[in-house]
Amino acid sequence: MIPVEFRGFAWRHAGRRAQAVAGVDLRVEPGERVLLLGPSGSGKSTLLAALAGLLTEDSGEQDGDVLIDGKPAAEQRDRVGILFQDPETQLVMARSGDDVAFGLENQAAPRDRIWPRVHEALEAVGFPYGLDRPTHALSGGEQQRLALAGVLARRPDLILLDEPTANLDPEGAQDVREALRAALADTRATLIVVEHRVAEILDLVDRVIALGPGGTLLADGPAAAVLAEHGDHLAAQGVWVPGVPLPTRPPASPGDIALRGDALALVRPGADRPALDDVSFELRQGELLAVTGPNGSGKSTLALLAGGLARPTRGAATVPGEPRPLHKLPARRLATRVGSVFQDPEHQFVTASVRDELAFGPRQAGWPKDRIEARVAELLERLRLAPLANANPHTLSGGEARRLSVAGALAAAPGVLLLDEPTFGQDRRTWGELVDLTADIRDEGTALLAVTHDRDFAAALAGRELVLDHGRIAQERRR
Amino acid sequence: MTMTLAPVCDAQAPIARVNPVAKLAAVTAVSTTALIASDWLTPLVLLAALLAVVPFSGISIGALARRLRWLWFAAATVVVVNAVFAAEQTGRILIALGPLEIGTGALLDGTAIGLRVLVAATAGVLGFATTDPTDLADALTQQLRTPARFTLGALAALRLLPLLGAEWQQITNARRARGLEGGWNLVRRARLFASTMFALLVGAIRRAGRLAAAMDARGFDSAIPRTHAREQRMRLADWIVLAAALLVCGAAIGISAAYGVFTAFN
Repeated sequence: MIPVEFRGFAWRHAGRRAQAVAGVDLRVEPGERVLLLGPSGSGKSTLLAALAGLLTEDSGEQDGDVLIDGKPAAEQRDRVGILFQDPETQLVMARSGDDVAFGLENQAAPRDRIWPRVHEALEAVGFPYGLDRPTHALSGGEQQRLALAGVLARRPDLILLDEPTANLDPEGAQDVREALRAALADTRATLIVVEHRVAEILDLVDRVIALGPGGTLLADGPAAAVLAEHGDHLAAQGVWVPGVPLPTRPPASPGDIALRGDALALVRPGADRPALDDVSFELRQGELLAVTGPNGSGKSTLALLAGGLARPTRGAATVPGEPRPLHKLPARRLATRVGSVFQDPEHQFVTASVRDELAFGPRQAGWPKDRIEARVAELLERLRLAPLANANPHTLSGGEARRLSVAGALAAAPGVLLLDEPTFGQDRRTWGELVDLTADIRDEGTALLAVTHDRDFAAALAGRELVLDHGRIAQERRR
Repeated sequence: MTMTLAPVCDAQAPIARVNPVAKLAAVTAVSTTALIASDWLTPLVLLAALLAVVPFSGISIGALARRLRWLWFAAATVVVVNAVFAAEQTGRILIALGPLEIGTGALLDGTAIGLRVLVAATAGVLGFATTDPTDLADALTQQLRTPARFTLGALAALRLLPLLGAEWQQITNARRARGLEGGWNLVRRARLFASTMFALLVGAIRRAGRLAAAMDARGFDSAIPRTHAREQRMRLADWIVLAAALLVCGAAIGISAAYGVFTAFN
């Protein structure tokens, strides 16, 4: 249990003009459990990195002080533990037990004290396997629980959680929250959590601090009071405030068939069962078909096959007016028939400016120059990307990059758009923008298929839902 | 594209349980002997000894043959090239096809070079295929005192390597969806390869940065000397393995010398 204090703290990342946070004054009392809220760009992650002692002199410019138990954070590294978003890049070792031991070795714990504490930490997070379990064979939720055990084993007096469930599917996120709940009941450490999804984490905290742009203080106090008073404002800023209703955009009746999947199957080499097995479906103009199901059920495989990006072992995906199945089309023709938007927008960026990114598909398809220019201007305007027309796609914020990846896939006017987890990890404001954008595209007559874990997204937009399990259609629901 | 870095052997096999530093020393001894000796008999004896060790390595003959298949091919190429392009063809002429002439002397010299390459590579594969990377890193830091920052950093990076294969596939898919693919045009293919590689590198560097931050947050950069959760040291069995390797090297040279064919540094 230790107090934490920011005194006139400001930080500018090396190479940036603006400060990430400026003039932050905050005090967290020993043993307090704090939820730190704020829109993207409010510097939440910067504050956590400062507390974890990860803002080194060569990475930027600091003003003011960050004090943990009265001493600069950089000197208190050993008393602080931090859990990050991405489970994949937090694990160091190949075997689970070794990974938890890693942090204890760094603390110079003697060998005979290491292993009892490893066992204790793994038990605290409900880790279901033995010490030798390979870390690469764990699911995202299991990896994140293991990383949490690695934090707890060092017995920190201050625990920092930086969106600990943002990269996980709903089941994994639930498991991690339960592990957190159990582990926090056993410790008296001071806790600071950054999380967009407020409802799920509210019972773990007793104080909410809401930040505005640049780290300005918006609200501070008991959770219930802050949310009651500032809930609407926070929701508008991008926080998932419980009880604030979400928009829905119900579909009109669908038109003609735009894409047909016929007994699609894919068997990966060396796999013991097909990733997808005998899946047939139709996609119509002006509708959104949600494809749901647990991890490993074949959702993403279905999107790849429907998008003509992988060769099916059996069956074919076709669009009307195109005699060849999609996977046999040359890429530049495919892009005029079916657009695909992937989870990581950056994988799709192939040029150095937003404008070129939008012109790329039409150019590949051989459109005349004036038609390309008109199309680019229209998309820039509609997706509110005009002020960024000359920016490099890799410098965009998460929400902007997502909009650009959708616009890029739409540029060559395909009749079908496939989306893989479009709302994954987005804040509430970006989420709302994506729902509106997707609904507009759908209502113009484009056929949409969205692979998603996000129940709210499916509820807001989908006319039908395809539930997959073990590579097969388990259920087809009409909404 | 999938990659695995785990050892391919049974972890409980006698050779797999030998201390990694002892194995490293044994492999170095055998390879060095094979590369220093320039006759054909020394590497042949060493190769026989290596093959005798295989049953104790926990690697199935099939798996070993698969790992070594390119190597056999490479060694055979070395033999042919050295026999055909020898400076002078000595001994009895075996083949005479116009300008192409191969004598027994040149064939023997070529075979010797091929065998030396084969011994060094087989010893290396046997050593590494039976060694868990974690055990190797432990042994290096504890016994040879290599810096932890470098050794464990490399080990952690190794853990991320298989992710690159999956990401390469994702980027390739994303590019095809955008209308970009190599097809039969070689120039376009090369440019696409370069740009995919660039995207992969950008992602890898970002991931490496996050991993480094996570490691430091768990005290990896603290000034206190770290302890070791898993002990690695030379046990009696490890000394015996090392001694046996040295003995085999000596015996190979001895046998070759006794036959009067031993030469070195050639």
